[in-house]
Amino acid sequence: MSQIIIYTIITLVAIGAAAAIILYFVAQKFKVYEDPRINEVEMALPAANCGGCGFPGCHNFAETLVKSDSWDDLFCPVGGNETMSKVAAILGREAIEQAPKVAVVRCNGTPEFRPRVTEYDGAPTCAIAHSLYSGEGGCPHGCLGLGDCVVVCDFDAIHMDPVTDLPVVVDDKCTACGACVEACPRDIIELRKKNKKDRKIFVSCINEEKGAVAKKNCSVACIGCAKCFKVCPYEAITMENNKAFIDSEKCKLCRKCVVVCPTNAILELNFPPRKTDKIETDES
Amino acid sequence: MSLKTFSRGGVHPPEYKLSAGKTIIELPPPEVAVIPLSQHLGAPAKVLVNRGDQVKVGQMIAQAAGFVSTNIHSSVSGKVLKVDQFMDSSGYRKMAVQIQVEGDQWLETIDRSDDLVRNSVLPAEDIRKKILEAGIVGLGGATFPSHVKLMVPQGKTAEYLIINGVECEPYLTADHSLMMERTEELFSGIQLLMKGLGVEKAIIGIEINKPDAIEKMKQLVQGSSVTVQGLKVKYPQGGEKQLVHALLKREVPSGGLPIDVGVVVFNVGTTLAAYEAVMKNRPLIDRVVTVTGKSLEKPSNFLVRIGTPVSSLIEKAGGVPDDTAKVINGGPMMGKALPTLDIPIVKGSSGILLINKNEARRREVKPCIRCTKCVTVCPMGLEPYLLMTLSEKALYDRMEPEKVMDCIECGSCSYTCPSSRPLLDYIRLGKAEVGKIMRARKAV
Repeated sequence: MSQIIIYTIITLVAIGAAAAIILYFVAQKFKVYEDPRINEVEMALPAANCGGCGFPGCHNFAETLVKSDSWDDLFCPVGGNETMSKVAAILGREAIEQAPKVAVVRCNGTPEFRPRVTEYDGAPTCAIAHSLYSGEGGCPHGCLGLGDCVVVCDFDAIHMDPVTDLPVVVDDKCTACGACVEACPRDIIELRKKNKKDRKIFVSCINEEKGAVAKKNCSVACIGCAKCFKVCPYEAITMENNKAFIDSEKCKLCRKCVVVCPTNAILELNFPPRKTDKIETDES
Repeated sequence: MSLKTFSRGGVHPPEYKLSAGKTIIELPPPEVAVIPLSQHLGAPAKVLVNRGDQVKVGQMIAQAAGFVSTNIHSSVSGKVLKVDQFMDSSGYRKMAVQIQVEGDQWLETIDRSDDLVRNSVLPAEDIRKKILEAGIVGLGGATFPSHVKLMVPQGKTAEYLIINGVECEPYLTADHSLMMERTEELFSGIQLLMKGLGVEKAIIGIEINKPDAIEKMKQLVQGSSVTVQGLKVKYPQGGEKQLVHALLKREVPSGGLPIDVGVVVFNVGTTLAAYEAVMKNRPLIDRVVTVTGKSLEKPSNFLVRIGTPVSSLIEKAGGVPDDTAKVINGGPMMGKALPTLDIPIVKGSSGILLINKNEARRREVKPCIRCTKCVTVCPMGLEPYLLMTLSEKALYDRMEPEKVMDCIECGSCSYTCPSSRPLLDYIRLGKAEVGKIMRARKAV
């Protein structure tokens, strides 16, 4: 009886050993070399696989980081400068610093400012509503309020405000991966430079129609009057297609433009209350 | 003998042809007309008039910008108020010419008499040229420029002319009323198009829910090379690919046009417009529009000038009923709800449908139960449930091999879905995205 067991064990061990030897040589023969640094770099990345860097996932991005000579367009917005410097240390290279960014919703068309003139009961996505008509509020550039940006956010950083019917970005959670920017069929969301204490000044309107038409649809529309353009001491504001745009890289947050805007289209967020020498805008 | 029809897919929605048999009423010109520059498939026309100019009825106010584009003529006489953006049926503001109507002065070259002109002495080339000049587009709804259809590409030959009198959309009766009231002119128009195309045979396809029209056309075509074919009632038989298959059992290849199988299809409205353009020198400045709805007081067929606001048509039909929920531009299957009533009638407006609150009610969207009803009814042999899912997940690159571009947007899938899924909405979105991908590839 015990003999059978012994023979069995010997046979199995022999087969195992033979197979191991064959497999070893085969593995040597067909070995695919991968730079060990790719794995190391990947471990340093946030593993969110969000696609914010422009690559399908963290592994592809790590591969590109190791292989490419120039890092000009390569940046992990989720990990930010910290992660990039870690990666640079692993590879013994110079990290390229980029100012942190945050998503900003450039529409202030709440039902109060932009009365709803029609009712949309079709498929509840912005992309389809956009392909059908200018929207419940009548503004062809305004937020449709159906939340395509909310669906694509991997970080729970954007949600719809039921009162204003507009998306709200949670600055602390936003990683500036740009998924919402891509999802918005009307290009309302922009990635802007993150300032100290999350302070923000931006034109909360991207309407390109003539002032009178824009104003008819929405009382807080940018009418392209260029008052802000004239008052800006830093040349941060440009006028194009009947609307003003504030370059977040050049803006020094002096808040001069906010006061002169006749339609309150320029918003200032997270600032301390102004001293009483200026006329207050409708801050809330 | 079983009746002819197309073999793949199709549905049969209730017909509700409320305005059938109603005589066409000609409406006077509006007070202010808004004539959009993009009323056709292809590039918008280039405007030729300025603010303050005086125009006459039939005067060209915008010129075709390229081969697939058409001329646009003033449908009224008066002063140009503005060349600006106006809301059109797309739901967006697009360039249009606004004209303050003063009197009703027509260009002298237009023959306004009712005399029937039977035979044209013009050679084929001149017929095509006149149709091009008159800015005629397919009046069935797709608004494809007619002169493009008449130019048979090299290497292809046209064998048959098919006249589309199917009018398979429920509610609409514009084509039906034309066939009843303008039969002889229509017949003359058919002969004209046959000459323009150089074909010997023509078939008029009419669904058998219009027996009076079939009878009338049959009497007229006796002894000619034109035949009338009654067809089984099935939607979307008015789609040209479906009609070609129903009449000739020829299948238009994927991505192709009926000319690939030797056929050219014209709608009855277009045929009549061609007749008027060639024989009467009259450009396309008006069209028959069905204004209908269950709650509407007087569902009617109106002959309307292009540029008349929708609101004035509804007023003439008894005003907007209290229980109206939506006003649809077109028929119930393929039409689209209008955001306001200040939208002008354009060359492609075949009907205005007012639906009441009960009809407009949306059923709750439920998950797909994989019943494949949508696959069964799709007249193009596609898989709508799959296309919708791909579009929902933004997998547009996978939609192209699934032949999404062959979708004719008939809406049979959405109509039949027991889970009330918005199949067509998503497929249309995917189609637009795939179109972008294909254009980008072509540009490289």
